[in-house]
Amino acid sequence: MINPFPKILFIGYGNPGRLDDGLGTALAARIEEASLKGLTVEADYQLAVENAFDVSKHDIVIFADAAVKGREPFFFKEIRSKSPMSLSSHSVSPEAVLFFAERMFHSKARAYVLGIRGYEFNEYEERLSEGAKKNLDAAVQFIVDLIKSNNFIESVGSL
Amino acid sequence: MLEIEPLTRVEGHGKVRIHLDDHNGVKEARLHIVEFRGFERFIKGRPFWEVPVIVQRLCGICPVSHQLASAKAMDLIVGAKKLTPTAEKMRRLMNYGQIMQSHVLHFFHLCSPDLLFGFDADPEVRNIFGVIKKMPELAVQGVMMRKYGQEIIKATSGKKIHGTGAVPGGINKNLTIGERDPFLKDIARMKKWALDALTLAKNYTLDHMDTVESFAAFNSSHLSLVREDGALDLYHGNLRAIDAGGNIIFDQVDYQNYNDYIMEEVRSWSYNKFPFIKSRGHIDGWYRVGPLSRMNTAGFTDTPEAQKALEEFKGLTNGKPNHMSLAYHWARMIETVHCVEKIEELLNDPDLQGNDLIVKGDRAEEGIGLVEAPRGTLFHHYRVNEDDQVTYCNLIVSSTNNNEAMNRAVTKVAHDHISGKPEITEGMLNHVEVAVRSYDPCLSCATHALGQMPLVIEMYDPEGKLIDRKSKGV
Repeated sequence: MINPFPKILFIGYGNPGRLDDGLGTALAARIEEASLKGLTVEADYQLAVENAFDVSKHDIVIFADAAVKGREPFFFKEIRSKSPMSLSSHSVSPEAVLFFAERMFHSKARAYVLGIRGYEFNEYEERLSEGAKKNLDAAVQFIVDLIKSNNFIESVGSL
Repeated sequence: MLEIEPLTRVEGHGKVRIHLDDHNGVKEARLHIVEFRGFERFIKGRPFWEVPVIVQRLCGICPVSHQLASAKAMDLIVGAKKLTPTAEKMRRLMNYGQIMQSHVLHFFHLCSPDLLFGFDADPEVRNIFGVIKKMPELAVQGVMMRKYGQEIIKATSGKKIHGTGAVPGGINKNLTIGERDPFLKDIARMKKWALDALTLAKNYTLDHMDTVESFAAFNSSHLSLVREDGALDLYHGNLRAIDAGGNIIFDQVDYQNYNDYIMEEVRSWSYNKFPFIKSRGHIDGWYRVGPLSRMNTAGFTDTPEAQKALEEFKGLTNGKPNHMSLAYHWARMIETVHCVEKIEELLNDPDLQGNDLIVKGDRAEEGIGLVEAPRGTLFHHYRVNEDDQVTYCNLIVSSTNNNEAMNRAVTKVAHDHISGKPEITEGMLNHVEVAVRSYDPCLSCATHALGQMPLVIEMYDPEGKLIDRKSKGV
């Protein structure tokens, strides 16, 4: 049965000083501006183990990051928890955060990853490429509609 | 040739390249660091008041340290020779929160699998999942302590991505009673957990002295900031360097004059520079920084539990410098206790609710700011023109200061654990990683977008032919 009023956590992450790597945090800023009911927005340079605690306090979590390859303008998929063989605070995956949330804090949250396609990385410059900007606009619209509709199952199926 | 790229469970990207001879003997071992030197160019032309925010882009792991070091440099540009008590104490609180959360992450989640299960243990067991199964309370404590430190940062620095707390000349906010009280409520729990972790780290060291005494252990000089009375000070002080025997090389050096004492060498095979103490020359002048070095250089700490722990630590080597790389873990937990004690002290200080936040004085064209970051001494040096634009920037980050030491650690472990062996196992490779990991290096801050950062291990014979390749996602 679908919870009509789920507590949703949105975590956008990436480094805004590295061109399109900042897509996740740029999306977080745009989503926060929308002030959507029931939604908590977090932004950070990368995922970290303590995100597991935050995840455990919510019913649904969306991890948003830049993607170096794959579908344009973005992909959206449900994820399952996965134990990390090795752990770097620099590279904790969404699946690992979910794993920690389940094992340490008994989380039942459903989790999704939004990967916004970027094109320019690895230089120190605080701007998004033109292609990334367009993809960001599309992702903003998608997330706003998704949160308002609370229709996660169909949204995954449509992408 | 054998390559491990990038290292797992260290911050950023790195590659260890081990050159083998015909008998699988280690000819040479080197740590390659993928460092982006472009940042110093990127910062040129930017208004100086933006710098404490922009430099946080350099590293998603220790943005607070860069914020504070650059703000200290910019204090001098705006002529703020002495900050208000509120400003200095807010910055100190921020720094203690940063060091606490960084050390906790490293101990509880990055190195605990090695310590709890052994370097040679089956990697199916030797991982964070293994820790959660064996000591679930430890894993949870690690997360909650890390969260506490991160919340301190948020309360003092502002948002995680655009931290604006430290500004040229001071701080842009105080700590309200409402912000303070939740921290005070949890501080006793934090102190207990920190002391428990300290006991764990100490006992590991003492129970494994055969390993700890020899594993990646070598003599070196040590460098850090110390307070004017010689106490451990993680936010401000003067430079002290000691040699391997504990003799003072220089002491109470004003870091505005660091260029008279420290030089940086460029080597053709590495993007990363190799700093050294000028008076000792580029061959013998290398040194270590970070928790181990700070325990060696500091005469004492001004918090009771950390002081007791420091005395025990120093007793292990009869007051002489401790050169054991694996002792970094114990040192890191002494500092964690120190940070928690300092946080408690500051939370009870009414100066944090003061409203006198910023001072200014005579404008200057040059400023140098140093702090002790989690991984060691961090140097920020800037020049600014009359249009307020940055014209020069030089950074020496903690892991650069430890560059030579980490290379020596890799070389020693490769010789001790890989040289001459007929087959190279995952356990042997992990020994090399354990050595590097003990320094908790922040190798660089590359992007980490989805689809990047695979772990690749390649083995080559003496003719350079690829004989094995392993990869895994991280």
